[in-house]
Parts: sequence; C-alpha cells; structure tokens
Amino acid sequence: MLSFAFMRHAYIAGTMIAVISGIIGVYVIGRNMSFLSHMLSEIGFSGASFGIFMSWPPLNGMLLFTIVSSVLIGQMSSKSSRREASISAISSLFLGSGILFLSLANKNASDATSILFGSMIGISQSEVDQILWLSIAVLVIIFIVYRDLRFDSFDHVGAQVKGVNTQAISIIFLVILALSVSVAAQIVGSLLIFVLLTLPASSAKHFTRTVSGMMVFSIGAALLGVWLGLYLGYVTNWPVSFFIAMIECVIYFGALTWNRIKNG
Amino acid sequence: MSEPVLNIKNLTVSFPDHLVLNDLSAQLNQGDFLSVVGQNGVGKTTLVRVILHELTPQHGKIEYRPVFKRMKIGYVPQFRNIDEEYPLSIRDFIGLNLHDSHMPWLSKKERQKLDKIIEQTNLESIQNTPLGEASGGEKQKAYLAQALINNPDLLILDESTASLDNVRKFELLDLVKEFNEQQGVTVLFITHDIELAQKYAHDYLLMRHGSYLSGPISEFKESDLEEAEHA
Repeated sequence: MLSFAFMRHAYIAGTMIAVISGIIGVYVIGRNMSFLSHMLSEIGFSGASFGIFMSWPPLNGMLLFTIVSSVLIGQMSSKSSRREASISAISSLFLGSGILFLSLANKNASDATSILFGSMIGISQSEVDQILWLSIAVLVIIFIVYRDLRFDSFDHVGAQVKGVNTQAISIIFLVILALSVSVAAQIVGSLLIFVLLTLPASSAKHFTRTVSGMMVFSIGAALLGVWLGLYLGYVTNWPVSFFIAMIECVIYFGALTWNRIKNG
Repeated sequence: MSEPVLNIKNLTVSFPDHLVLNDLSAQLNQGDFLSVVGQNGVGKTTLVRVILHELTPQHGKIEYRPVFKRMKIGYVPQFRNIDEEYPLSIRDFIGLNLHDSHMPWLSKKERQKLDKIIEQTNLESIQNTPLGEASGGEKQKAYLAQALINNPDLLILDESTASLDNVRKFELLDLVKEFNEQQGVTVLFITHDIELAQKYAHDYLLMRHGSYLSGPISEFKESDLEEAEHA
C-alpha cells in the first residue's frame, strides 16, 4: 500500500492533521467552542469555493476566509461569539456564499463534494508540504502560548486575575483554530471537521483528568481513526472520511458507555 | 508598623445612571484581615473590580505595593464557570496557575509547590477527583489553593463563603486565617455575614450608599449596619 506515492502522501498529511486536531480539540472542549469550530468549517467551505472561483488552490481560499473571520470573531466578546443563534446565521450565510462561488466558477458537484467531504487520496506532494508547514506553525504557536492558553481555556476567571491577556489569547486561539480547520478539512472535508476536532477530545475527557493526558488520548484517538480509516479506504475503495467518522464515533460512544458504567 | 499593601485614595466610580463609589479611601497593610461589609449595590464588587484592574475609576487611584512589579493577587469568587462536566482534576486545576516555567510540563519546583499547597489546604485525599464532581466546599478549597499557590501579596475573598453551609464556611476561613497568621497573607474579605467577619477579620469597612465607616472589628456596631440597611 505504501509503495503508492498517493498513499504515502495521505499518511504523512493525515498524521500531521491528527496530531494538531488532537491538541486543538482539547482547547475547543475547554473553551466550549465546538459550535464555533463548526462555523469556521462552513466559512472554510465558502473560502475553498472562493479559491476555486479565483483559480487558487482551495486551501489558500480556505485559509484566507477562516483566518480573517477568526480575527473578526475574536473582536466580539466571548459571550456573543458563543451565541448559537448568531453562529447559525453566519454559518448559513457562508454555506450559501460557497454555493454561489462554485456556481460562478462553473464547477460541478464533484468539486463541492471534495470540499465538503475531503479528498485525502488526491493529495499532491506540494499540498503535503503545505500541510506540514502549517501544522508546524500551529505547533510552534501552541508551544509559545501553551501555559496562558491552557489557563484561559480551563479557568477564564483565574487567568484574568493572573493578568493573562485573555483577549489576545482568544484571538491567537481562533487563528490557530482557523489554521487547523483548514488543514483538517483536507482529509475529512469541511462538513466532517467535528470528527477530528472535537470527538477525540470529547472522548478523552472521560478517561483522563489532566490537560496533557487529554492531549495524549485525543492525539491517539485521532491517529487511530486516520490511520485505520486510510487503510480501510484503501482496501474497500470506500470514502476515507466515512471510516474516520465511524471510528471516532465508536470511540466517542465507547467513552460515554464507559463513563456511565464507571459512575454506576 | 506593617508595610502598606494597598492604598485606596479618594476612589470615585460612577456608571451612567448612578454613583457607585464616592470618594472612598482605605488602606490595607501587610498581614491585615479586612472585612468589607454592606448591603447589595453599595459597590463592594465594583471595588474588587477596580483592584483587579477590570474597571478604571473616574477619580482617585489605588497604590499597590510592591510598586515596581505587578502585584500578585489571589482571588476566590463565590461562583466560577465550573459545571459537573468540567474535566480537570482538583490537582490539575490548581496547577493551572503555575507559571514559573514556559514548558508545557511542570518543573520539579512547580510540582513541589503544587504538592505543598495541596497539603496545606488538606486536599491530598481528593486531589485526583474531577473538580466538576467535587462538593461546593471542596471546590472553594480548590479555588483557594489555586489563589494561594504563588504566595500572593493580597488574597481577595469575594463572597466566597456565601453558598456554603456553616461547617464548610468555618473550615474555609480557618484555612484562610492560618495563611494570614502564619504566612502574613493580607486578606480582603467581602461578605454579608457579620458573624463571620467578627470571628475572623481584624478590621472592617462598612460600605453604605456614598459613605463609609471603618475601624477595628471589635468596635463594629450592628446598629451601624442596621442604619445602613434602612438608609
């Protein structure tokens, strides 16, 4: 299987995506921002469609839209950025815009499908390189702000009193979330971002009680899903994102069941 | 004489529709235990927000000691955004406030600090319990431990005991008293509970709408409070 270049590309890109999704997912859970990551994925769809319309690589359009919108969201108060009604409205607007850009670009349904559900098997060497550099950028930023981001994500009140610049941390987090959403969309597509960005971390919180423990579990669960999903996609010729979604859901519902049994 | 830790000078804060703090002055010295009492709406929380740099006064100022660096403040509120799904253990929650190193993992020195504060606040046996599953009293102890882990210059208890039963209130304040007496931590205790203030504080600041009374807690007169309530 690994003698094929496309599978090697898929495994390298998938591994990086699983690692950053596993880490960012823990902060998404800590900051209670699952819904917001969903909105960013829909903004990403619109950005990718815009990229196609402009004859750019879809990832570049996605990065442009998600980063600009994350900075704008960061200017809103944390309370209003979590307001579900406004998030739903903005999501709808961007989904609609995405369809418009695809239509203006005269692209067919297969382009929309590959943005919405991912196209892991078709990743080129240059796309692998881009994913690799973006992932390294995300990891470096997280390393630099690790303590403040951890404090603000899991105890906003404490972080404010400590003097952490929570507004700056919020914007930095949204930018790295935007980068992660754009990168992860390459494998699972923008509609299934949830699968890698929130399910592994949501499962992790039932098994471990520390931020670092949650990250290790979450990365492990994401890697298992991506690696096994790619293998099953290769042998069955079914969509990889289907298998990844199935595996992550099994882990998640397994974690819920385990939690229920443990608590009697 | 003890060093001043906080010098509140002629503080005035008003919101568009009303005046909250009117020319308030007070001083806290190293090792003081000051109880701030008064009915709702007299500006107790506003005072805390000014001290925490969350609000800027229209007039007056607060001088902090030491002046050459940002003052270390520990803050224990009545409520925090911790629901029963909160994933971190009590130990990990307390450790969030450690910033001696920039590495993602805790240094040896930080682990020692964490062990020490957990022992001092009697949380050893439940340190691995998820904070979300802890009782109200255990949560407040965890908040207190997190606030104290960096040896703050000032500890603010903002109605921290309001949602606890009597046993847990005394347990928490006994701990605070220990830190105050043995380690010289300066305490600002915002409360409605006069009995607690009289039992633990050295001094009081009675806030009324636009006027203030202060002095040693032994000289506190219930009639002043009643007068304030009927004002």
